[in-house]
Amino acid sequence: MHIGMSATARKLVQTEAAPAGPASSAAATVVAFPAARPPVLAKLRALFGFVAERFVPPVIVLLAIGAVWQLACSHPGSSLPPPSQIITGSWQLIADPFYDHGGLDKGLFWHILASLKRVAIGYAIAAVIGVALGTLIGQSQLAMRGLDPIFQVLRTVPPLAWLPLSLAAFRDGQPSAVFVIFITSVWPILINTAVGIRNIPEDYRNVARVLRLNPLEYFGKIMLPAASPYIFSGLRIGIGLSWLAIVAAEMLIGGVGIGFFIWDAWNSSLIGDIIVALVYVGIVGFCLDRLVAGIAKIITRGTASS
Amino acid sequence: MQKYLSLSLVCKTFTRDAVTTEVLRDVTLDVAQGEYISIIGHSGCGKSTLLNIIAGLTEVSSGAVLLENREVTEPGPDRAVVFQNHSLLPWLTAYDNVRLAVDKVFGASKSAAERHEWTMFSLELVHMGHARDKRPAEISGGMKQRIGLARALAMEPKVLLLDEPFGALDALTRAHLQDQVMAIHARLNNTVIMITHDVDEAVLLSDRIVMMTNGPAATIGEILPVPLARPRRRVELATDRAYLNCRAAVLRFLYERNRFVEAA
Repeated sequence: MHIGMSATARKLVQTEAAPAGPASSAAATVVAFPAARPPVLAKLRALFGFVAERFVPPVIVLLAIGAVWQLACSHPGSSLPPPSQIITGSWQLIADPFYDHGGLDKGLFWHILASLKRVAIGYAIAAVIGVALGTLIGQSQLAMRGLDPIFQVLRTVPPLAWLPLSLAAFRDGQPSAVFVIFITSVWPILINTAVGIRNIPEDYRNVARVLRLNPLEYFGKIMLPAASPYIFSGLRIGIGLSWLAIVAAEMLIGGVGIGFFIWDAWNSSLIGDIIVALVYVGIVGFCLDRLVAGIAKIITRGTASS
Repeated sequence: MQKYLSLSLVCKTFTRDAVTTEVLRDVTLDVAQGEYISIIGHSGCGKSTLLNIIAGLTEVSSGAVLLENREVTEPGPDRAVVFQNHSLLPWLTAYDNVRLAVDKVFGASKSAAERHEWTMFSLELVHMGHARDKRPAEISGGMKQRIGLARALAMEPKVLLLDEPFGALDALTRAHLQDQVMAIHARLNNTVIMITHDVDEAVLLSDRIVMMTNGPAATIGEILPVPLARPRRRVELATDRAYLNCRAAVLRFLYERNRFVEAA
C-alpha cells in the first residue's frame, strides 16, 4: 500500500512539474504568450514521463538479466536453457494459454484456474474460521488461555507436513490439497484477528456499553470495523502463504494444477516449460496479493488513520 | 432541594495482586434537575472514577447512585458520556456516529424519517450540520468533541456526563465550545456533571463546584455554589467581584488546603 501511495504522490509531482518546464522555456522567447503549448501535449508529456519513470527501470533490469542469462547458458552442454531457447521451445505455452488437448495436456490458464479454485475454497474456509476463532480468543481470556498455546505450536508445522495426515483422513487428493491451503492460511488470519480484537480501544467498548449494544450489534458495528485493519493484514499474509503452499501440495497430489504441471515438466525434462510456469505463478501470486490489498483499502478506508 | 440524582456514601476500592487501593470514600452528593455541576480536583483524585460510577461503567464497592430514585447498576443512554478523547468511531461519518446512538435509543419509538430529523437537529445544536459526511480523521479536535457532544445530546440523557471534554483543545477552541455548552444548557436545561481541572471553566459554567480532596481515599472536600446570573458572558465576568471570589475560593482549596502531592 505504501508503494502505491508514494507512486500517486510522485505522479502528482510529475503532473505539476511537467508544464512548468515548457512554460518557462517558452517565456524566454515569446514573452506575450507563455502558455502557447496546448495543455493536451503537456498532459501527454506528463503521462510519458510517468511511464518512463515507472516502467523503464524494471524493463532495463529485465533485459540485463536476460542478456547475462543468455550469455551464461549459450554454450553447449549448459544445464539450463537460455531465454532464446525457452521462447522457441515453449512457444505454444507462452502464445496460447487456453488450449485444451484433453487429460493433463492443457494450456497454463487451465492449470492456474484449477489451482486458484483449490486456493479459493481453502482460503475462504480459512478466512471464516480464522476470523471466528480469532474473535473468540481475542474476546475471551479463558479461550485464549486454552487455545493460544495449541495454536502457537500448530502454526509452526510446515504446510506439507499436514498432507500425509490429510490424505489419510480424506482418502482423496482434492480435499487434501484444500485442507493444506486452509491450514496454511488460517494461522495469520486467526492471530491477526485476535490481536485486532484485543486492541480495540476501551473507549469504543464504553461507547457500546453506554448505548447498550447487544452482542450481535457490538460484533457488527464495533468489533469487526475496529479490528478490520488487523484482519486484512492477516488475510493478506494468508493469501500469500496459500499460493506458496498450493504449488507444493499439487506436486504431490497430481491432477490438473500448476504445481503438478511443474512437476510433470521436470519429469519430462522440459526445463523451458518450468520457467514459463514460474513466471505465471509469480504474476498470479502478485495479482492475488494486490487483490486482497485493494479490497482492504476499500473496506478499511478511514479506519487506518485515527 | 429536590433530589434528581443522588450519590450516597459511594466508596470505591480497586484490588490488584492482593494490594487494595481505596480511591473514593463516602462521596455523598445530591443534584437537582437542570443543575450544572463541576467536579474539580488534582489528577489522581478519582474524579474520573466518580464519573464512571455515575455512568455505570464502574461498579461501586459500597454505597449507591440513585437517578430518579432508581439505583444505577449498569451503563445506559440515560446517562450519556462525552469522553475525554471524543471516542467517535473512526469508520463512521459524523452523521453515522450520531445516527448509531439515535437508532439505538429511539429505534422503537421514532420512524426512520424522525430519526434522521433528530440526528440532524443534534448536529445542528453543536453547529456541525455542515460536517455530517466527514469522518473523524478529516475534522479538527474541537469539531470531533462537538460531534461527541451531539452524539451524547441525541440520546436525550437524563444526566449528561462530561469527562474533561475540553481538556485536549487549545484555549480559543475551548472558550468557543464552553459558550456553546452554556447555550445548549440554557436551551435544553440538561442536568450536567462535568469533570474539569480548569478553574475558570468550572466557575464560568457551573451552578455548583464540587471540590475533591487528594487521593487515596478521596472525598468531597467542599461544595461551592456559584451565585452568578445566567446567561453569563466571559468578558464581563472577567472583572466581576462574585466571579473573582469564586475563582479565589477554588484556587485556595486546590493550592493551599489540598496541594498536589507527587506520588505519595
